[in-house]
Amino acid sequence: MEIAIAIVIGVLFAGGIYGILRRSLVKLILGIILLGQAANMLVFSSGGLRESVPVFVDASTKATDVADPIPQALVLTAIVIGFGLIIFSISLLMKAQKALKSDDINAFNNTDKVS
Amino acid sequence: MIVLPILIPFLIGVLCLLVKKTSLSSTLSILGAFLQLGVAVWMLTEVVAAEIIAVQIGNWQAPFGISIVADLMAAIMVLITAVISLAVQFYALSDISKALKQKHFYAIVNLLLMGVNGSFLTGDLFNLYVWFEVMLIASFVLITMGGEKAQLEGGVKYLVINLLSSILFLCGIGLLYGKLGTLNMADIAAKMVDVEDAFLINSSAMLLFVAFGIKSALFPFFFWLPASYHTPNIAISALFAGLLTKVGVYALIRSYTLLFQTQFDLIQDVLIVVSACTMIFGVFGAACQYDIKKILSFHIISQIGYIVMGLAIGTPLAIAGAIFYTIHHIVVKTNLFLIGGLIERIYGTSDLKKLGGLFKWSPAFSLLFFIPAFSLGGIPPFSGFWAKFGVIRAGLEANHFWLVGAALFVGVFTLFSMTKIWAEAFWKKSEVESPPHWNSLTYSSVLPCVVLALITLYLSFFGNTLFSYAESTSAQLLNPSFYINALLN
Amino acid sequence: MNIVSLSTKYVYPLLIALAVISLYRGHNLPGGGFIGGLLAASAVMLHALTSDWEQALRRLRVSPEQLMAGGLLLATFSGIFALGGGEPFMTARWMETFYLPLLGKVKLGTPFLFDIGVFFAVIGFTTKCAYSLGTYKY
Repeated sequence: MEIAIAIVIGVLFAGGIYGILRRSLVKLILGIILLGQAANMLVFSSGGLRESVPVFVDASTKATDVADPIPQALVLTAIVIGFGLIIFSISLLMKAQKALKSDDINAFNNTDKVS
Repeated sequence: MIVLPILIPFLIGVLCLLVKKTSLSSTLSILGAFLQLGVAVWMLTEVVAAEIIAVQIGNWQAPFGISIVADLMAAIMVLITAVISLAVQFYALSDISKALKQKHFYAIVNLLLMGVNGSFLTGDLFNLYVWFEVMLIASFVLITMGGEKAQLEGGVKYLVINLLSSILFLCGIGLLYGKLGTLNMADIAAKMVDVEDAFLINSSAMLLFVAFGIKSALFPFFFWLPASYHTPNIAISALFAGLLTKVGVYALIRSYTLLFQTQFDLIQDVLIVVSACTMIFGVFGAACQYDIKKILSFHIISQIGYIVMGLAIGTPLAIAGAIFYTIHHIVVKTNLFLIGGLIERIYGTSDLKKLGGLFKWSPAFSLLFFIPAFSLGGIPPFSGFWAKFGVIRAGLEANHFWLVGAALFVGVFTLFSMTKIWAEAFWKKSEVESPPHWNSLTYSSVLPCVVLALITLYLSFFGNTLFSYAESTSAQLLNPSFYINALLN
Repeated sequence: MNIVSLSTKYVYPLLIALAVISLYRGHNLPGGGFIGGLLAASAVMLHALTSDWEQALRRLRVSPEQLMAGGLLLATFSGIFALGGGEPFMTARWMETFYLPLLGKVKLGTPFLFDIGVFFAVIGFTTKCAYSLGTYKY
């Protein structure tokens, strides 16, 4: 199971990096979303990569039967944060695309110029 | 009670969201800033007395719950944040247009301050990530506020690279949790000692280094900073220049003195090379610019290099120097941005080629610029000299001669660009008879600059109080068992 | 009236009810303030899709900003509540468990208050985001 998750994470990272290296704004945002999901998967699987013991367990359940809840809580938080960030990114990229009249990142070189 | 520096900006921000009248929200926000200053001073005295204060949020004991920890380092950073926020909010009264204030400028500034204070005070690595994101969302909104073309373009660069940094940070946290099974900083540091196979730890240390390096604009990750910091309103730039990169530096100092102290030898060579390159490339970037805001943006980078140089040397004196440097730099850099904004307001441009004659018209205003500018350049009586002196002496004592050589070389160039601004904007003969918009200088915009200049003077002539504080801070930082025992007992 | 508008008329109250239920059961079971908030916000968005944003916001009665601020204030209050007793920020305080017809065992406390705060904040935030994206003019 872990090897499958590792491959999924790897594919997500590869796709994300491919996306952010392209010149189009749409692929840029898709790449960022993929990278964010890759990081979430990594955190999510981090509880399972070792023999983890959950923190809060009732006396009746055996600790080994329960998954570690902390990575799940972390990844939930990270997804919520990512949700907000992605909404903002999309609206910003829409506005930037409108202002610069181009979705090619090569057009985004005005603020770097030596005055 | 040490959650107050986080709670106050939060509550003020929420109230500002509800209030429709801009005059009311600005009053509310400034009152909140005063309150925060009071709380920060009170917290500093408490921390000096008790050395470290910790609160377990929700009464869940560490390492399971989230701890809020105020040690000497966090306390002084919270205090300087309060000072800067007060100064910038006064300045913003006349700098930010009414339309922007109606778009909840004050609410978002307070959200940013909550993120900054939270990052300083948290004792949990994932919580640090959350505060970083709070800060990041607020800064995205602020940097694109107004929606000018340059702002949107700079905003895109700022956004993309900072999102990447967060993703790397999250990966680092994931690996660290996978290895150690804890996220409480004290617990991580305690468990780090008896880790045998350090493979995941080293990967995590490098991921966090890159993530914090992007946030604090280290070489080779600094390109977003000069591309975006000169685009928003100057009050926003000043707030960012003073605080945001320093949060990254704080995180670096915290992680390499506490979390990865056992890994410090591994990272030290990287830090030394990176800090030298950061100083040199930052100052070269500044040397070829002819716009005040762009020059100042590049100087942030080279100054960050000095602070990280202190961390890289890693001796008690060097860390103390780095802390002194951070405080000095926050005050001076914010002030320079604010004064740069005043110059831009007088002339309608910040292009050095079109400026001139300010010294003839107002020696007092020139003095106001002279103090922070030449403090940044490291001219002897000013605080910048003592800051550089501390770091460089530590470098000499630890035999890092070529690092010290780079620092001295960069110091000369820093002075060169400050002299360039001075010669072009103040000494050069002006093309126009009188300054075009001299009466646009309001009390509320000049007063913060004067106060910050006075703080610089205080740090220059009575700097030993802060320096001895910085020395006890660095002693505390370099003895992580103290922090660990205070939290986990 | 097309089929989407017609079904929205009936789905809207259903979604709101579902949101409230998932908010209520959220402390120990799947659900909670965030999920409930998203469900309620999706009802608002559905309404906006079938008519327009002005009507959808009018049906909410308060502006998204006010919802956000109110929710956040409520959530903070639930945290500050514990400070009065000298306990750390956010310490949970529970009322005595009591029984109600239909609902069964009812356990109320500050974490539930926090959840309600999150519920409103999420409705406000999501609606605001969807509103500004949805009314964006090219």
